[in-house]
Amino acid sequence: MSSEETKLAQKDQTTQLSIEGAGCASCVGKIETALKAVSGVSNAEMNFADRTVVVTGHVASEQLISAVEGVGYNATALCRDNENEALAEKEQADKAYYKKLIRDTWLALSLGIPLMVYGLFIGEMTVETNLERISWLIVGIITFVVMHFSGKHFYIGAWQSLKNHAANMDTLIALGTGTAWLYSMVVVFAPDIVPLMARHVYFEATAMIIGLINLGLALELKARGKTSEAIKRLIGLEAKTAKVIRDDKLLDIGIGQVLLNDVIKVYPGEKIPVDGVVIEGHTSIDESMLTGEPMPVEKGEGDEIVAGTLNKSGSILFKATRVGKDTALAQIINMVKRAQNSKPPIGRLADVISAYFVPAVMIISITSALVWLNFGPEPTIAFAMVSATTVLIIACPCALGLATPMSVMVGVGKAAEAGVLIRNGEALQTASKITVMILDKTGTITEGAPKVTDIFLTDESIDVLDKKQVLQFAASIESGSEHPLGQAIVESAAAQNIALLNIENFNAIAGYGVEAICENKQLLFGNEKLMNKRSINIASYVDKAQTFAKEAKTPMYFTIDGKLIAIIAVADPIKDDSIEAIKRLQRNNIRVIMLTGDNNDTAAAVAKKVGINEFFSDVLPQDKAHKVTALQKKNEVVGMTGDGINDAPALALANVGFAIGTGTDVAIESADITLMRGSLHGLADGIAVSKATLRNIKQNLTGAFIYNVAGIPFAAGVLYPFFDLLLTPVSAGAAMAFSSLTVVTNANRLRLFNAKEH
Amino acid sequence: MIIINIVGLALIGMIIWWFWLYTPKETQVRNNEIIIDVKDGVYKPSHIKCAVNEPIVLNFIRHDKSPCAEMLLIPELSISAVLVVDKSTKIALTIPKTGEFEFHCQMKMYRGVLKVE
Repeated sequence: MSSEETKLAQKDQTTQLSIEGAGCASCVGKIETALKAVSGVSNAEMNFADRTVVVTGHVASEQLISAVEGVGYNATALCRDNENEALAEKEQADKAYYKKLIRDTWLALSLGIPLMVYGLFIGEMTVETNLERISWLIVGIITFVVMHFSGKHFYIGAWQSLKNHAANMDTLIALGTGTAWLYSMVVVFAPDIVPLMARHVYFEATAMIIGLINLGLALELKARGKTSEAIKRLIGLEAKTAKVIRDDKLLDIGIGQVLLNDVIKVYPGEKIPVDGVVIEGHTSIDESMLTGEPMPVEKGEGDEIVAGTLNKSGSILFKATRVGKDTALAQIINMVKRAQNSKPPIGRLADVISAYFVPAVMIISITSALVWLNFGPEPTIAFAMVSATTVLIIACPCALGLATPMSVMVGVGKAAEAGVLIRNGEALQTASKITVMILDKTGTITEGAPKVTDIFLTDESIDVLDKKQVLQFAASIESGSEHPLGQAIVESAAAQNIALLNIENFNAIAGYGVEAICENKQLLFGNEKLMNKRSINIASYVDKAQTFAKEAKTPMYFTIDGKLIAIIAVADPIKDDSIEAIKRLQRNNIRVIMLTGDNNDTAAAVAKKVGINEFFSDVLPQDKAHKVTALQKKNEVVGMTGDGINDAPALALANVGFAIGTGTDVAIESADITLMRGSLHGLADGIAVSKATLRNIKQNLTGAFIYNVAGIPFAAGVLYPFFDLLLTPVSAGAAMAFSSLTVVTNANRLRLFNAKEH
Repeated sequence: MIIINIVGLALIGMIIWWFWLYTPKETQVRNNEIIIDVKDGVYKPSHIKCAVNEPIVLNFIRHDKSPCAEMLLIPELSISAVLVVDKSTKIALTIPKTGEFEFHCQMKMYRGVLKVE
């Protein structure tokens, strides 16, 4: 077991149990003691308030439950990581609330619509005769009943928040509809105190506003559900159960009860329940749901597999190495959720406005009423009432508040679907502004796994050695080396079933190559500098070496007893889609620069192949960071893409750091944006989604600004002196109801965005 | 008219005082846990005091069905959580620095402050 595995195995897990039958505080001690007595439990703490106990240790939940039952209580395991369950609960609650809102809508509109039709086409909504007073009194009472049944939540919410020195949408609706109803009742009960021209009732406004706002809330609830579809899909990838082998029995248990080091069986067609390492069997696994990579990946003994991926062909046994919240999938879900709820800087102004919005609207409403009363035409009181009510109703704090988060929610989810994990709102916004993209060569543009491409034999080797023998010597001497190029040679020999020879006096000369004695021969293997250092004559073959370099291959010289025998060329193949992905970036006016520690000829060849005009060769990791800062000083917004290990300083310094991950090892905490598959198309996808999201946010903010900032003076009547135009409270109610719906719907449009087309 | 104007201006003054100038009472976290009710459009309590570097649990219990109450965000601590209706959602945290950390819903209609001393 490696030291990391040991650490993992020793790390405690927590299990949460819900306790039934604990009626008094003394039960707490009893239950805790019983749990602590179970072997493997390091701690148990009960929360008496919600009757739950959190147990820390390395024990199966069944054991814990029987310990609790042993002291006379019932317990059930709360699967704290069960996102599926929480999601289902939420959806059920939303459904019930939606039904209630629709019921409230119909009740209010069934009074409001006939009243509005009457006022518009049939009669006057005025109080002049006693019969009219009695009729309107009855309507007023019916309106009150509607306010009670359909709008109670607004009034209670408004009152409670008022008591707590807070104000929200409920405050505005309650004040607006309440004012309209109260004014109308004053007209009905004491018409004499109101000028003749102003004896108008507004019961239809009260009923219509309540109906329309309930309808808006219901539709918004529906649309909101769609914005979180991406996260739902990710959560849906989690398996619900796992087939665990314990005490030689195959048990089908809940995913939350799987422990570290459990041995798990997975049949074809089943999801991998937790992260682990295959210990028996061979299969192909579809990882496309996490990485976007369409081809299934072959897995055998010793290979890592991740939760949420699909076992395609064979049955396997694997050992759990990461469970619960530690699995890559759980971390991805967690990161997407966190990012979906973080705000890009563009949304901060709206936040500041939202915080002061409702009281400010109330002040504007009073000011507007005062202005009408002091300077307005007759009947001033009716104009004052209408404008005050309309201002309260048109101002929708929700539209402004929702403008940014809704788009971020959809945008981050959309990126996750394309295998791009965006860390937060700030990264999302900055990614949309990138002007320069720096790409590391090895592992980013190329596969990162060098392979032997050519073995060129010199005249000296003719009739002495063949290519296979050269490779055997080279691999034998490199077997002691940890250099990636050396590894490539060893792997190439292994692929051809070439046995390695024993070597003596091995010596690695850093930056040059290696030397050793093998079968009484002095072997030397390395670069041109090493040959020069050892005064070996390579003059006749330098041209050949340069030809290899120009083909993006790294040439290495192999000598036996001081004579040059062969040149072995090693190349790191360019990823299949790197050329197309780089073109996509360039089409979007992003300057692409390549950095590499490789020599100039190889770098130039790779850059030429993939269509990059600017590159820097022989760059050390620390110099990569300097290149980033130098570009930033020239006011460039720099994106840096690397494998997340050697490039860490440059990734951290760049405006947006992109880490290339793979399905099995997602380094999601290391960069602003993580590409879950190796393809550089993820870069172009991520940038395209961030641009589309920012565009969507701007549209939403503009819309919300029009509703809220431009709508308020309009409602207050600034257009009246010039065009005789004054908004009615009902139209303001419709505007308010549909403003947040518009924002949510516009954000939902992003779901249809296809990053591949950009 | 003068009286109406005075009443109007007084109302404006009251709004400013009630909503913007009021300093709410702070509630200290006891036994490392505090229950925060998400009810009637507000967090109760909304102003919470705790000690720096001390592990605490914020136990949110959402009663309001309105979707506005669904999300809880503590942006400065990169924390977000979905609050399920009538369920408790526990957020365990240890804050390593002093200062005031705002927690709120997505639209900032529900608002509270975590004061770390």
